[in-house]
Amino acid sequence: MSNKNSIIELEQVVVKFAGDSGDGMQLTGMQFSDASASLGNDLSTFPDYPSEIRAPQGTIAGVSGFQVHIGHKEVQTPGDLADVLVALNPAALKANMKWVKPSATIIIDIDNFDNKHYKKAGFIEDPLHDSSLKGFNLVKAPITSLSRATVRELNIGLDNKTADKTRNQFVMGLLFWLFDRDMTMGEHFLQEKFAKKPELVKANIAVLRAGFNYAETVEAMTNQFHVNPQKGRKGKFKKISGNIAASWGLVAAAEKAGLKLFLGSYPITPASEILQELSGLRNLEVKTFQAEDEIAGICTAIGASFGGYLAATSTSGPGLALKTEAAGLAVITELPLVIVNVQRGGPSTGLPTKTEQSDLLQAIHGRSGESPCIVIAASSPGNCFEYAFEAAKLSVEHMTPVILLSDGYLANGTELWPIPQMKDLPEIKTPRVKDNDPNYQPYKRDPEKLSRFWALPGQEGLRHRIGGLEKSDVYGEVSHDPFNHQLMCQYRAEKVNRVADYIPKQDIYGSKDGGELLVIGWGGTYGALYSAVKEMREEGYDISLAQFNYIMPLPKNTDEVLGKFKKRIICELNLGQFADYLRSIYPQYKYSQFNKVQGLPFFISELKKRFKTLLEEE
Amino acid sequence: MTDNNNTTQELTKKDFTVDSTIKWCAGCGAYSILSSVQNTLPKLGVKKDDFVFVSGIGCSSRFPYYIKTYGIHSLHGRATAIASGLKSARPDLNVWVITGDGDSMAIGGNHFIHLIRRNIDLNVIIFNNKIYGLTKGQYSPTTPMGSKTKTSPFGTIERPFMPGELTLGAQGNFFARVIDKEPRGMEDVFLQAALHKGTSIIEVFQNCVIFNNAIHEQITGKDVRDDRIIYVEHNKPLIFGKERDKGLILKGQDLEVVKIGENGISESDILVHDANNPNPNVHYMLARMTYPTHPVAVGVIRSVEDNTYEGLLEEQIEHAKANSKIKNVDDLLNSGNVFNIE
Repeated sequence: MSNKNSIIELEQVVVKFAGDSGDGMQLTGMQFSDASASLGNDLSTFPDYPSEIRAPQGTIAGVSGFQVHIGHKEVQTPGDLADVLVALNPAALKANMKWVKPSATIIIDIDNFDNKHYKKAGFIEDPLHDSSLKGFNLVKAPITSLSRATVRELNIGLDNKTADKTRNQFVMGLLFWLFDRDMTMGEHFLQEKFAKKPELVKANIAVLRAGFNYAETVEAMTNQFHVNPQKGRKGKFKKISGNIAASWGLVAAAEKAGLKLFLGSYPITPASEILQELSGLRNLEVKTFQAEDEIAGICTAIGASFGGYLAATSTSGPGLALKTEAAGLAVITELPLVIVNVQRGGPSTGLPTKTEQSDLLQAIHGRSGESPCIVIAASSPGNCFEYAFEAAKLSVEHMTPVILLSDGYLANGTELWPIPQMKDLPEIKTPRVKDNDPNYQPYKRDPEKLSRFWALPGQEGLRHRIGGLEKSDVYGEVSHDPFNHQLMCQYRAEKVNRVADYIPKQDIYGSKDGGELLVIGWGGTYGALYSAVKEMREEGYDISLAQFNYIMPLPKNTDEVLGKFKKRIICELNLGQFADYLRSIYPQYKYSQFNKVQGLPFFISELKKRFKTLLEEE
Repeated sequence: MTDNNNTTQELTKKDFTVDSTIKWCAGCGAYSILSSVQNTLPKLGVKKDDFVFVSGIGCSSRFPYYIKTYGIHSLHGRATAIASGLKSARPDLNVWVITGDGDSMAIGGNHFIHLIRRNIDLNVIIFNNKIYGLTKGQYSPTTPMGSKTKTSPFGTIERPFMPGELTLGAQGNFFARVIDKEPRGMEDVFLQAALHKGTSIIEVFQNCVIFNNAIHEQITGKDVRDDRIIYVEHNKPLIFGKERDKGLILKGQDLEVVKIGENGISESDILVHDANNPNPNVHYMLARMTYPTHPVAVGVIRSVEDNTYEGLLEEQIEHAKANSKIKNVDDLLNSGNVFNIE
C-alpha cells in the first residue's frame, strides 16, 4: 500500500453511488456496505431509484443512486449530504450535485463527459469548465476505457458491452483504496456473486484491482480515509431492510403463536418485497397468495384468518384504500389480521418510489362506519421486525385488525441489525376455544380485553356464522336492534382503547423529567429526529424526543409526556396528520409543526435549524 | 349463534337445519335451493363441522344464516376471494360459496374468473334470477337485453353475461346448470359438484317472485320445458323433446337441432355428451345455447379433473420442507450473510 498519502481517521462518512439504472449502482452500494459491515462499522443505506425500470440512458430520469452512511459510532440515517459522490455520467452528476457536501470528493467517469452526454443530461455549459464544481475534490477517472482495456487484456472473449458491466468494480477498487480497505473482501463478494460464471469473476476481479491500482498510482486523490470499527458492539448482525424485517417479524410471530402464516397480497411498490420474501418461505409452511387485486389480497387473508391462520396482507397507500371495505369486515367480524402498509408519496399513484408518512389518517379513520382498529408504526429498518411481531401479537390477542405503518424509506433502507433469538421474544397467546365448549358464543367477550374468542371451522360443536351485518351481543345473531348496535360499536371502540393497557409507555429521549422543547415524531422519521436531537443536546440545548410507535391507541402516559415540556414541535413527512390527531385528543397543548412532503426523508441539518429557531423564539 | 348439538351418528338434513326464521320472500326460489343443499350434505361423508358456507351480498347471500354449518356472510362480490383464502389455508374443509348474478358477475367478476383460473376446490352456487332483488329491482349483468327495470326505464342496452361462457372462458373445469323448481336435478348436480375436485360452478335458474317473476318460465314452464330444455348427461346422446325425438349434432362449427327419423337421421347420429373431455369447445357451445334457436342445456355440461391450487401449494410446502436447511425461524434469522462482530 502506498504511504505517500496521509490516512485521515473519520467518525463517519457518506458515500453516494450514481449512474444509469443499468450500471449496477445498487450492487456496488451493497458491496461497499457489506465490506463496511464486515469491518465492524455501523451503517445505514438507502437506495434512490426512479420508478421507470430503464429510463433512457444518460438522462436525469434514468439516474439510479445508492447512498451508504458508515460510522465509527452509531449511525441512524443514510446521511444528509455525501462526502463522496461517484457519478458515472453527467446526468448522475447533475441529479446529485445538490446532495453533496461543499468539500466533497466527486469521482466521475471522464469517458462519459462529452457533448453528447451533456446534451442528454441537459447541461448547457460544460460543467468541467465552468464554476459549478469549484471547491470539490474532483477525480476524473477514465473508468470506461480502463475497464474495457483491462477486460480486453484478459483475452477471455468478453465484448465491450460485458466489459462495461464491470465498470462498477473499477469504482469499487477506487473506493477500496480511498477507504484503506483490504481488497480480498471485495474479491470474495464477487466470487460468491458470480459463482456460476467464472469468466465474470475473473473479469470483475481484474477490473476491481485495476481501479485500486489506478487510485494508488495516479495520486488523483490526495488523502485516504479510515473509519474505525464501532466499539463495544458485539454479536451476530445482519444487514436488513425494513421489508425483509417485516416479513421475518410475521414469520416469527406465527412460530411463536403456534400458528401458520398466510399472506394474501398484490404486488405494489414499495411493499412487493414482503410478498416476494414470504413466497420463498414455503419451507416454514408460509402460504402466500398473489391475489388478482388488492381487495382479494385482504379478502383471502380474512378467509385464512377465519380458518385459524395468522393472516396478513401487505400494501401501500392506494392499495390500502382498496382494502378499506374488507378491513371493515375484519373489524366487525373481530378476526385477527395484520395489514402492513408501506407508505409512499400520494395521493393516487403519487411518487411510488419515494417515501412519505401521509397514510396516517387513512390508517386511523379510513373505513366506513365506526370502525376502530389498532395502528402502530415501525421506526427503523430493523425494528420493522419487532413491530410486525407486535402487530401480529396484538391482532391475535385482541382479535382485531392491526395496521402496521412502514414507509419507503424504512422498507428499502438497510441497517446493521442484531439478530434476535426466538426464545427471547414474548409469548403470543391465542384466544382459542376448546371443542364442544358449552359456553362458547361467537360474541361472548373476554371481560378484560373485551375481545371475542376464536373458534375454527372443523372444530367439533362450535358451528357459528359471522359476517358483515351487525350481530347481537354474545349470541351473534343478525340484529338491527338500535341499542344493540350502539353497544357493539362501543365494545369495538373500547376493545381497541384497552389495548393501551397492554403496550409500553411512551419513552422520552433526553430530559425525561421535562424541559424546554419536545420534538414529537412517529414511525420512520426516528433516525433523523434522534440524530438531530442528539447533536443538539451535545451542543448544550435542552431538547428531547418522543418518537411514537403506538398510534391507535396512544400510550397511556402520552398526556403526561406532552405536558412536561414548555414547547412542542411535531415533525412529520406530510402536511400535519399526527398533529391533527394529537390536537384532537390533547387540545390543551400548543404544538408547532415541521412538515415536509417532498418524497424525501428529513435532513438532520434542516431539523436542527428549525429547532434552534423555535428555541430562540419567545 | 352456535349449535352445540353434537352427534357422531349418520347425518341427515335435520343436522343442517337452523331454528331461526328464514327471511326470504314467500315463494322465493332460494328455499328449494337451500333444501336441496341440506339434502346433499349428508351424502358426502364429511363431518358436519367441516362444512363452511361463504356468501357475498344479496338475497342469495343470506344463505349461511339459514344453514347450520360454519359460515361467513361477507362482502359484495368477495365471497369467492374469502373462500379462496380459507380453502387455500384449510384444504381439509368442505367449502361452498353462495352468490348471485350481481354478486358474482358484476362486483365480484374479477374474483370469480380468477377463482376458476386457479381451480380451487370450492363449490359455487350462483342464484341467477337475472335481477337485483335486495336493492329492489335494478337490472343485473345477466338481465336480457332490452329489459325495462328500475334503472333501465327505456330498456337495457347491455349485452348480458352467461355464467357458463364466463366459466369456460376462465378455463373452468366444472360447469352445471340447474332449475330451482327441480329439486331432484339440483341434488344430483350438487352432489356431482361437491365430489368434483376443483372449482365447481353451478348456475341455478332462480325465480324472484317480487322483482322478476317468471323470468325463466319461457324455458322452464311445465308445458314447454321438454322442448326447450335439454337435460345433458355424461355418455348419453344429446336427445330432448316431449317425444324424445329431437337431438343435437355437430354441423360445421355449430350445434344443430335435428329431428330423429327425418332426413335420414337416426339416434346413432346424435352427438354423445362427453362432460369429461378436456377440450371445452363442445361444452362452450352447449353452455351458450339459447331458446329459440336451441334448447337450453341443464345438467353437468363440463366436469374435468385437474390439479387444484391448494393441492399444488401443499406439494410445494412438502417439497420445500424436505429440501431446505432452514427448519425454523432461528435458522432463517441466521441464514445468508451474517456479520460476526467481536
